[in-house]
Amino acid sequence: MSIPGSTLGALNALAGGLFLLTAFAMVATRQTRGCLLLFIYQSLLLAASAFLLAGEYGSSHLVGVGVVNLISKPIVVPLILRRTLSSEIYTRREIDQALNIPASLTIALALAVFSYFLAIPILNSVAPEFRSANVPIGLAGLLLGAYTLAVRREAVPMLIGILAMENGAFFAGISLSRELPLIVELAIASDGLILVFVTGVLVRTIQRRIGSTRVGELASLKEDQALRRQGVT
Amino acid sequence: MAFRILCNALQLLVVLALSPLISGVLSRLKEIVQSKRGPSIFQPYRDLWKLFHKDEVVSSQSSWIFRVTPYVVFVAPAFVVLLIPVLTSYPLYLAFMADMVGVGFILALGGFFAILGAVDPANPYGPMGASRTRMVGFLAEPVFVIVFFTVSYVAGSTIPYIVQAQWVVSPESFLAPAHILLLAAFLMLILAEGGRIPVDSPTGHFELAMIDESKSLEYSGRGAALIKWSGHVKLMVLMCVFLNVLVTPWGLAARQRFLEVLLAIPLVALKILILILVLVVIESSLAKLRLFRISEFLGAAFITCVAAMITRAFAS
Repeated sequence: MSIPGSTLGALNALAGGLFLLTAFAMVATRQTRGCLLLFIYQSLLLAASAFLLAGEYGSSHLVGVGVVNLISKPIVVPLILRRTLSSEIYTRREIDQALNIPASLTIALALAVFSYFLAIPILNSVAPEFRSANVPIGLAGLLLGAYTLAVRREAVPMLIGILAMENGAFFAGISLSRELPLIVELAIASDGLILVFVTGVLVRTIQRRIGSTRVGELASLKEDQALRRQGVT
Repeated sequence: MAFRILCNALQLLVVLALSPLISGVLSRLKEIVQSKRGPSIFQPYRDLWKLFHKDEVVSSQSSWIFRVTPYVVFVAPAFVVLLIPVLTSYPLYLAFMADMVGVGFILALGGFFAILGAVDPANPYGPMGASRTRMVGFLAEPVFVIVFFTVSYVAGSTIPYIVQAQWVVSPESFLAPAHILLLAAFLMLILAEGGRIPVDSPTGHFELAMIDESKSLEYSGRGAALIKWSGHVKLMVLMCVFLNVLVTPWGLAARQRFLEVLLAIPLVALKILILILVLVVIESSLAKLRLFRISEFLGAAFITCVAAMITRAFAS
């Protein structure tokens, strides 16, 4: 290989930095479409990191992981979502959030710092050559995905939050060993696709019944709302 | 010594002479992207020439602040030019007078006087623009502080010439996530501070929507010319800091030869042209944000540079 390992490491660190940036942007974005685009970029960065680590560790398994990622997340997931959901969901501009965006971003920042501290014991327990920035950044991606899941009140962005959590877990996982079994990645990738499919169908049903995908409005019963409107309660 | 003083003066002259051209090229390219023809790239020079030859009208209700403001506003970014690397990669005569924090202070002084000058004649639009500028300003302030903090943390100094030498020691330090994230944050800052599109529209003619422009509505003649010119100089200063200190410190004169310093002028102009193309893409593809969304934009810039700092702080 003509490229020296240190340059590969530097490029991998760069992919990590951009990965963290997409995770933050996913918390900050207001549009469903933007959320999906950011997820696609994040998956591409994950694949790039897998390829770079494959070069650095000299592992063929990681190449397989990268290829599976490259096919499943940026291509198949958007296709499934497009087929199962109506285009009305994509064209909506604003997403409901339980918190406003500056507050969300501040919490997201605290989560990212926390994940760096969380990564220290993990990094101390592995061999020195596997200590890379992937672990804290992947953990941050995991936590930020979970946070997105918690504050969003719209079904599709919540689904993307779950997928972002998976991305984060993988981003951390691929750097920790040379021989990540390919079967694990295959299983999880197909699991993710099934998840997208099932949630897509569920969202479609919710939309047909209620006329909207705002999960935040599902907290109270329809009759309750009607009674309250009439001033009975 | 004499050479360094000479180069410092040359640097100032180059920036003063070229900065209107940069604004002209930027607006022309933007119009071309929007399939219009647009004014000539030399239009800013003609505007300045015209304004310098017009009479100045000063309200009898205004105080000395109104008269002093154009000069302070003009001198502040021009003084900053003496401190930053524009043409040379070695420090010039005045380079160690102030670091990047000092540069921020001097620019803020000009901004402060612009606000006083806007409030002074009690034109209803002036204070409105002034308070909006302050809002953008104090939201941008923490980002500036963190950017400087990160820069000094990585480079061990905040003197622009030393920072510039630090970033390009190897491709690793150039590609480091901290560096790239910092660049993104600083680009967002340039957009906010220069009054470019996601924050403020520099070509808007509607007073109620103005942020930066409405501060100078009351000025005429020479005062208006100086304030316009200082706006061009400020944009070029920010571009030079961004390009020559943080992104691409290549193409600058490395030896103390006069010919080499002169050769650096077209190279720096080329780099600025590339940055202008990036700005044109950004400005043509984004819409102006609503006023209360600006806090989100600058909040994103803040998060980006704090992320830069933590990726740097925890890198082993």
